[in-house]
Amino acid sequence: MPISSVFETTIERISILEPDGSFDESLGAGLIPDDDAVQLYRHMMLCRQFDEIAFKLQRSGRMGTYPENRGQEATSLGAAYALNKSDWLVTCYRENAGLFWRGLPMEKILLHWMGDERGNHIDPDLHITPLAIPIGTQMLHAVGLAWADKYRGESSLSCTFFGDGATSEGDFHEAMNFAANLEIPTIFFCQNNGWAISVPTKIQCSAPTIAQRALAYGMRTIQVDGNDIFAVVKAVQNAADHARKTSQPSFIEATTYRLGDHTTADDARRYRDSDEVDSWQERDPIIRLRKYLEKRDLWDESRQSAMLVEAEKTVSDVVKRAEEIETPTQSDMFDSMFATMPENLKAQRRTMRTSSLGQDPSQLPTPNTARA
Amino acid sequence: MANLTLVQAINLALIQEMERDDRVMILGEDVGLNGGVFRVTEGLHKRFGSSRVVDSPLAESGIIGTAVGLAMGGLRPIAEIQFEGFLGPAYDQICTHAARMRTRTRGGLTVPMTVRVPVGGGIHAPELHSDSPEAIYTHTPGLKVVMPSSPYDAKGLLVSAIRDPDPVIFFEPKRIYRAFREEVPEDEYTVPIGKARVVREGSDMTMVSWGASVIHCMNAIEASGRDIELIDLRTICPMDIDTVVTSVRKTGRAIIVHEAPMTCGIGSELSARIMEHCFLDLESPVQRVAGFDVIMPYYKLELDYLPDAERIGKAIEETAAY
Repeated sequence: MPISSVFETTIERISILEPDGSFDESLGAGLIPDDDAVQLYRHMMLCRQFDEIAFKLQRSGRMGTYPENRGQEATSLGAAYALNKSDWLVTCYRENAGLFWRGLPMEKILLHWMGDERGNHIDPDLHITPLAIPIGTQMLHAVGLAWADKYRGESSLSCTFFGDGATSEGDFHEAMNFAANLEIPTIFFCQNNGWAISVPTKIQCSAPTIAQRALAYGMRTIQVDGNDIFAVVKAVQNAADHARKTSQPSFIEATTYRLGDHTTADDARRYRDSDEVDSWQERDPIIRLRKYLEKRDLWDESRQSAMLVEAEKTVSDVVKRAEEIETPTQSDMFDSMFATMPENLKAQRRTMRTSSLGQDPSQLPTPNTARA
Repeated sequence: MANLTLVQAINLALIQEMERDDRVMILGEDVGLNGGVFRVTEGLHKRFGSSRVVDSPLAESGIIGTAVGLAMGGLRPIAEIQFEGFLGPAYDQICTHAARMRTRTRGGLTVPMTVRVPVGGGIHAPELHSDSPEAIYTHTPGLKVVMPSSPYDAKGLLVSAIRDPDPVIFFEPKRIYRAFREEVPEDEYTVPIGKARVVREGSDMTMVSWGASVIHCMNAIEASGRDIELIDLRTICPMDIDTVVTSVRKTGRAIIVHEAPMTCGIGSELSARIMEHCFLDLESPVQRVAGFDVIMPYYKLELDYLPDAERIGKAIEETAAY
């Protein structure tokens, strides 16, 4: 028997709206109605404004570490736009645009980075999980959440977001394998932004695309221009249709770029070329969507100016709400540990500011109880 | 009433809870067609089908991580990890997510998940099949840790664990899976999490233990001929310190027995609590009979590692003579 090929494939890439504003009508016509396109643009502007103010809050000592989202707005926003409200968004920590589009109050994100757990207390109807700080672990939760919906015979799915670095984690592979083999409708949405803090994608993945990792799990996969919101919406719609029809997962690699530092604790100039950053500035998802809208007479400079004023006001109000929330009481750290507080925690809570942590003061030895 | 082994009692609890509540489902390696490597899930796949008794891929973090999602999504998953030695890969999901989810979301998302894990030595198993890691999970805030020592308690505690609104690590002492039978009601009952059991009352001293070691404590007590109060902790976390304190205040002497390594074992915590609450009542130093701070030996030496009636008996005589 001669050697034969048992498996062949290609990785497709979707690109609809180019950086110069040119638009592929064959793929993109009717994909996003004009009114929605304007709303999505306005939303990205608002998120950019939020990002700038959040950065300044950290720099001025009013907020802890914060990861800038700048440059990646089209990825999570395109996905949130394409999905239903009953579909779970299981995010990492650079998906503000998608979370705000879904309806997460913007001050929740500030509260999280201001060191306040109430930022993670989310209306269950939003179908959002809290930010996930360890890398890659949330993908398994996304599989479990979609699995629970499938178990009940519901048609919801989950979409989980992660970076290129997360695809090196074991949990990424376990989540992909569980979803594919157990037929769980999860969309794995990789935001390949080129860098995991200071480590470039080539250290995470030697293959030419991250998308092809999904092939090993027998999963549908595609690459999209992640700074092109039309391409993202198209890919997520296709994946969601497939998931609802077949209960199968899909993989999407969205190529994008983190224009800011990893977080406010990072200085990307230590490891990144300024030429590289400049080249991605030109591919900014907001700039190209504005070009698209202007070509269609849906946007102009006066609307832009009005929008900026509006965004500043909105974000300023958000900051006010986040900063004016009452300080948590000292004992709050005990109160959500369990549905019913065990006795040992009650004792620690009761004695938290004493020298006898956890001991009932009545049981402490005193001169009166000492033996003669 | 039926005369059941610990394995049969757990199997009965699983069947009854799955019949009672559609949200209860099982996932793990070999739990389906094979009925689990210890046959704890025997017959469940046939009875409840492959959507409720799920043979998962071979990946412990995947089992616990998806169970976290299933639980957050409104189900009551029971995840089986085949042996305690393989909990390591799942440790991240248990401690980073399951234990923290309720408090970090201030009650917004919760993880009502039960993790069933065969635990401990004494069955001549290969390496990494005989450890006792209960202290690791007790030291992790946000978890409940349970270890029954009898078929009756196993059934009642497992029902409580499945119904508990928070994550429970349910350790099953494999050494006594089939060591003896006990009358177990077929009717529904629960044994509350967080309550110790006084196995036998006594006035000379207090002995505290849990899991398979309880049997060895009983043997040592009978051989000693002394009037010793034996407490089975049943739940390691949250610990029922009141039952222990009440007993030690009465007897003035205490011995703690566990399989896990001595240092920073649950015996350390119990000893500290007894000191905090019973300092003036103590007639002798608290003694610990525990596993050594060594890697659990392969099975040729495992009986030399495990606390037995002989070592416990010596501790009884020393404590009594002090």
